[in-house]
Amino acid sequence: MSHASTYEPKTAFTRWLDSRLPIIRWTADFMAFPTPRNLNYIWTFGAILTFFLVVQIITGVIVAMHYQPSTTLAFDSIERLMRDVNYGWLMRYTHMVGASLFFLAVYIHIFRGLYYGSYKAPREVLWIIGVAILIVMIATAFMGYSLVWGQMSFWAVTVITNLFSSFDSVIPGLGTTLVQWIWGGFSVDNPTLNRLYSLHYLLPFIIVGLVALHVWALHVPGSNNPVGIEVRSQEKETLPFHPYFTTKDMFALAAFAMLFAYVVFYVPNYLGDAVNYVPANPLVTPPHIVPEWYFLPFYAILRAIPSKLGGVLLMFGSLVVLFFVPWLDTSRVRSTRYRPIYRWFFLALVVDCLALGYLGAVPPEGNAILAAKVFTLYYFAHFLLVMPIVGLIETPRPMPSTISETFTHKAQGSGHDMRTVPAE
Amino acid sequence: MTTMKTTLARRSLRALAAGTMLSLAAIATAAAAEQPAAAAKPAAAPAQEPAASPAPAEHYQVPRQEWTFGGLFGYFDEQQLRRGYKIYKNVCSNCHNMRFLAYRNLGEPGGPNLSKEEVVALAAEIQVQDGYNDQGEPVMRAGKPSDYFQWRFKNEKEAGASFNGAAPPDLSVMAKARTVERDIAWYSFPFLMLKDLFTQYQEQGPDYIYGLLNGYVDPPAGFKLNAGSNYNRVFPGHQIAMPQPLTDGVVDYEDGTPNTLEQESKDVVSFLAWAAEPHLVERKKLGLLVLAYLAALTALLYVAKKTLWRNVEH
Repeated sequence: MSHASTYEPKTAFTRWLDSRLPIIRWTADFMAFPTPRNLNYIWTFGAILTFFLVVQIITGVIVAMHYQPSTTLAFDSIERLMRDVNYGWLMRYTHMVGASLFFLAVYIHIFRGLYYGSYKAPREVLWIIGVAILIVMIATAFMGYSLVWGQMSFWAVTVITNLFSSFDSVIPGLGTTLVQWIWGGFSVDNPTLNRLYSLHYLLPFIIVGLVALHVWALHVPGSNNPVGIEVRSQEKETLPFHPYFTTKDMFALAAFAMLFAYVVFYVPNYLGDAVNYVPANPLVTPPHIVPEWYFLPFYAILRAIPSKLGGVLLMFGSLVVLFFVPWLDTSRVRSTRYRPIYRWFFLALVVDCLALGYLGAVPPEGNAILAAKVFTLYYFAHFLLVMPIVGLIETPRPMPSTISETFTHKAQGSGHDMRTVPAE
Repeated sequence: MTTMKTTLARRSLRALAAGTMLSLAAIATAAAAEQPAAAAKPAAAPAQEPAASPAPAEHYQVPRQEWTFGGLFGYFDEQQLRRGYKIYKNVCSNCHNMRFLAYRNLGEPGGPNLSKEEVVALAAEIQVQDGYNDQGEPVMRAGKPSDYFQWRFKNEKEAGASFNGAAPPDLSVMAKARTVERDIAWYSFPFLMLKDLFTQYQEQGPDYIYGLLNGYVDPPAGFKLNAGSNYNRVFPGHQIAMPQPLTDGVVDYEDGTPNTLEQESKDVVSFLAWAAEPHLVERKKLGLLVLAYLAALTALLYVAKKTLWRNVEH
């Protein structure tokens, strides 16, 4: 949200610097970003996600110092890190659990965007960059998991890279060529592991770049809010990001960090698969090949389709469809709070994703196959049918005309300073 | 102000009540879901009459055991690890290896905590190849505490050749590499997940190995056992190549602990659990400090947030 610069250099040095490189001005204005006062705690996940990105990069750089990207040493080097490096176990578990909680936070963040219509004009680009971040995150996490070179790592790489061979049914030979190109050989082997490692180190920095664009695209229209109507009065309805939202986000972050610490220190392997503590063996296939929990819904979609190519296309399609959400939703109102019909469909989508997650974890037998088909059908129907149709036929509930009408908390200063604290 | 406070209080109460109800429901469902499988176990013993049909590989639910290293204050019992190491050395290491363990690990705090002299003496029992001499012949020397455990086989191939092609797996991380399969209905699944999270069920591997060591029972009538296989109610498919490794009195304990099969398997599994996670005690101790620190930080930040937002309409 555009706002006049409030920064005033106070010393000779800062005045000198301001006329040459106004970096302090830029930071101060960035932190003074006017933010709607009525944001609820689900909006704190943006900050939580930033925290996780930083944690993953720091722990990742340290873990990489001890990692050996070679099929004979990869698994052992991680065990050495866990046993013989000072606090190596902490770095490794933080990185491993951090990836899981990063995804938990990003899914909450995405569903928040869907519920409050944060993708609608003028925030389409913001949303699209967000979907791009999700896709790069998925690629990064997949590659990171493969680096462990346990049984599940190896077979996950084998299964997922083999998906591309389905393009053989489009142009004969195309899929096979593509797969061999990805492998760097004729099977998943050392060259594959090397490139996975290289890309796993590269992609996080692409995420950093995309996050910068995401935040930039946020700062132009400003944050959406639970009511879903635009700010009318910057003075009455917004507060500077710092110190109001920094404090609020820090509180939420500390609370979320407690969950993080609980998992890292007490149940570090709770979210992982025991089979990945067995070193990779190309000659033995594990009975159930399952991805990490955060990929299970996609995996269920992949397996729901009898045709390999169809499964691959739908799995990637389940992400691609998100790009079009701003135009698929025809509703005039943003916030699902005022959408009496759509809110039930939203609930159905949440249940649908959880159900797909469950179905991705169980063996594809009997009723599970049929169920996966039904839930996959709903997943796509939600975006391609429900969103356009419900938006047209639904009568939204009466909405407040301004954000400030919904304020419940009155200023409590006993007569003294009622002004907002400016950002430093 | 009053209304605000009451709403907040009411909301918190409601959340607390809902949370309690959910947790109770979760524990009840998860307990109920695990019971039938456990109850089916005694019934399986007299089920030898209907020999007509080939016995289906029925699911034996591995029960959850009490371990010293479970929970918030988990620790390893030094004496137990020493007993476990003795079993490993006398029994397991005849076929298996633990290639991630060095003799020095046996003297580390949080583990068996053997004295320096004991570690040096144990290490000296092995011969290690240490480079080549000027003639190009391998130099052999007595082991040092920094040396890793040695396998009695030269390599996987040699081990495989002695065991019908399948080498006995390395035991270094075995306690983390196995899990307990649970037959559970879809509706109890989320509750079981929550129960595992809140009761910190990280000892599925130890439970599995304990169940396996105690799982050598008579096969059900009609069960077709392949040559060279042994029946085990826990092992997937119930046909395991490893013959029953532990029995009552397989080792003698110096500390007077009864050397029953149950006790021996508890001890050796605890040793394996330590070997898989040698920093477990350190991790859990640090975790308490971190959680206490974060709880205090969260409380302070909450007060800071409330104070700062007190004077603005929102």
